[in-house]
Amino acid sequence: MSGHESTYTPKTGFEKWLDSRLPIVRLAHDSFVDFPTPKNLNYWYTFGGILAICLAIQIITGIVLAMHYTATVDEAFASVERIMRDVPYGWLLRYVHAVGASMFFLAVYVHMFRGLYYGSYKAPREVLWLLGCVIFLLMMATAFLGYMLPWGQMSLHGANVIIGLFGAIPLIGEGLQTWLMGGPSIGNQTLQRFFSLHYLLPFMIAGVVILHIWALHVPGNNNPTGVEVKDVEKDTVPFHPYYTVKDGFAIVLFLIIFAAFVFYAPNVLGHADNYIEANPLVTPAHIVPEWYLLPFYAILRAITFDIGPISAKLLGVIFMFGSIAVLFALPWLDTSKVKSMRYRPVAKQFFFGFVAAALLLGWCGASNPDDPIIPLGDDKLQVAYTTEAGIDGVAVFAGYEDAAAFRSEKLAEGATASISIKKAPAFRFIHLAQILTAYYFAYFLIILPYLGLRETPKDEPDAIHKSVLGSAAAVPAE
Amino acid sequence: MKLYRLLSAGLGALALTLTAHAAGGAKHPHPPKEGWSFAGPLGQFDMASVQRGYQVYREVCSSCHSMKLLSYRNLGEPGGPFYDAMYPNANDNPLVKQFAMEDEILSETPDEYGDYQYRPARPSDAFRSPYPNEEAARAANGGAYPPDLSVITKARGHGADGDGANYVYSLLSGYPGFDEILFGEDENGEPYDYFEFDDGEEQGQLIQPIGQYYNPYMAGDVSAYWDGDPRHTPKGGFLAMGPQLMPGRVEYMDGTEATVEQMAIDVAQFLQWAGDPKQVQRKSLALPALIYLVILAGLLWFSYQRIWRKVGH
Repeated sequence: MSGHESTYTPKTGFEKWLDSRLPIVRLAHDSFVDFPTPKNLNYWYTFGGILAICLAIQIITGIVLAMHYTATVDEAFASVERIMRDVPYGWLLRYVHAVGASMFFLAVYVHMFRGLYYGSYKAPREVLWLLGCVIFLLMMATAFLGYMLPWGQMSLHGANVIIGLFGAIPLIGEGLQTWLMGGPSIGNQTLQRFFSLHYLLPFMIAGVVILHIWALHVPGNNNPTGVEVKDVEKDTVPFHPYYTVKDGFAIVLFLIIFAAFVFYAPNVLGHADNYIEANPLVTPAHIVPEWYLLPFYAILRAITFDIGPISAKLLGVIFMFGSIAVLFALPWLDTSKVKSMRYRPVAKQFFFGFVAAALLLGWCGASNPDDPIIPLGDDKLQVAYTTEAGIDGVAVFAGYEDAAAFRSEKLAEGATASISIKKAPAFRFIHLAQILTAYYFAYFLIILPYLGLRETPKDEPDAIHKSVLGSAAAVPAE
Repeated sequence: MKLYRLLSAGLGALALTLTAHAAGGAKHPHPPKEGWSFAGPLGQFDMASVQRGYQVYREVCSSCHSMKLLSYRNLGEPGGPFYDAMYPNANDNPLVKQFAMEDEILSETPDEYGDYQYRPARPSDAFRSPYPNEEAARAANGGAYPPDLSVITKARGHGADGDGANYVYSLLSGYPGFDEILFGEDENGEPYDYFEFDDGEEQGQLIQPIGQYYNPYMAGDVSAYWDGDPRHTPKGGFLAMGPQLMPGRVEYMDGTEATVEQMAIDVAQFLQWAGDPKQVQRKSLALPALIYLVILAGLLWFSYQRIWRKVGH
């Protein structure tokens, strides 16, 4: 924490010389060695370190991949395959980078849910949270840009859908769309600018990560009790070796999962269509983004109705961006003074509901919105016919024999007739997505503001070191 | 609370496994009865089968399908079907040289007069493509474009081990038999082919459009040609490629009997190798890497226990 005295003492002459000119070793020492850290951080708190590793892995593999990649529409697809076939260990680099994107998002979601649960966004850590949201936004942009680069079918058509969203913005939409693509449609120029920006954004992320860590080290870590550090001696331990070893252990566990995907199922998190070279003339049957963007995709598609002058398409875009924008407002939406949900019995229920809603939104995003989840009744058959006199009619049947007999009858009369399916009403993915979208926004805009005023929290411990002793509290502490 | 957590974890796993892929209208491809030798964490290719598969590709598939991402030398590289330890440089492998030499390709570099000449391929050349461009391929195939097969096994399925090979195998061996094709005549006296379905709820007739072939494993929609209950349209689709693997279509050099099943297995295995030639190398690196990580995790765990032993937390 900023309040604590630096314990760094330069030993060698060179260290003393450097310390009086650029105290960088002192900075590192105070930030990562002697930084007082609450002693009760659980494994959910190791994901910050895991994310730092993810970023490093992506940047390092990405730099090497860029040495071999060709960003032109004619060669991009083959150059990615060439990396995997002819570059020594190129297959490893490429799979680590591709799986790494998924792992990065997996970790960031856990990290964000942890922040939501333990109230890490509340005073005095609002700026820390805001910077985290900026990183998340940059990550999504980077992932989206990167997905374009292999120039597969999903790359092209996914990008088409996302860029098309900007077209929904009134007045400037069309111009903005053209500006982003660098032309009237996605082409070579788009691929090249996406590559350029995909290389740039990770370094911007790295920059914001530094600010994020700085903003963390001013107020110090939150912790599972949400109670601030009161006594540095009793409540904290130095970051090194206590948390370097604990984070290190968690990082290696994470890497085991990471490696299992890379070595045994490197393509399972992606979409097979992306191994078909991009073809603007053939649109895939189902365009879906990568799994980590599916909940937002579900929110986008859940809006199928106009409100006043705002079209459904624009409204969908507003809701999708709103679902991320609302995270920025969170520190001022949650009115509760109690940080940790451990001591908020009602809010906790809603929190787990929110986690479930987010996951189910992912399921909706992956599914065809019109597919039924719970069918209400059976599909029927309808025979539509037009008689010779030009009179239209429709008859509905449950069984095929009856429908076919009726059709033959009408055909024999000289009418035209055809059978089609009359879908039974059902509870469909679109309905589930709409309910979940409503809950997503209600959680931030209604539940958290309201609960903070009405909920009676459980008693928080007076200090971290008291909570740590937990059930052993009866035993004399010293 | 515990229940809630379990529920959330379960839903998480569900959401992850269900990503993408709405079930298309095709039958689910399946592996051959014996399974695939390359599947599983310790899977290895049955190299004799991959070699036979190359023969099937060369003698059957390659007359329409290109494999632009493959070069002859790949066949003789470590992990390839014709790798020979005597020739660490695949370009020297006589078998590979022979395969290359048998194909005539248009040279990419001009001769001394500036003309492009046909010449026998060298191991470093890419596989000969049957057509100079997509237009020529379409013109020769009734408007349909035979897809490049280089990464076809990665471009089908859900990315699980063997998905793509299952698809190739099921499609090639899954055409209805010739005896199942029935012949009808429409009101103008024009003949047409059709299939009779009488399987549970799939009852009716499926007309096979001219120049198209029905296959239950092909992704597509046959409803426009289905005379029967539209709620129970047969699975599958039409494709412009008819059944190619007739018994004895190739004569295997190793004497294996060339049944449809055998050729489908072999060519699927060859394409599985071709789609990701480093997959065996990948899997053989997996175990050492994981063992290393597990040992490291163990050491860190004990260090963690020791360092924290005096701190209540």
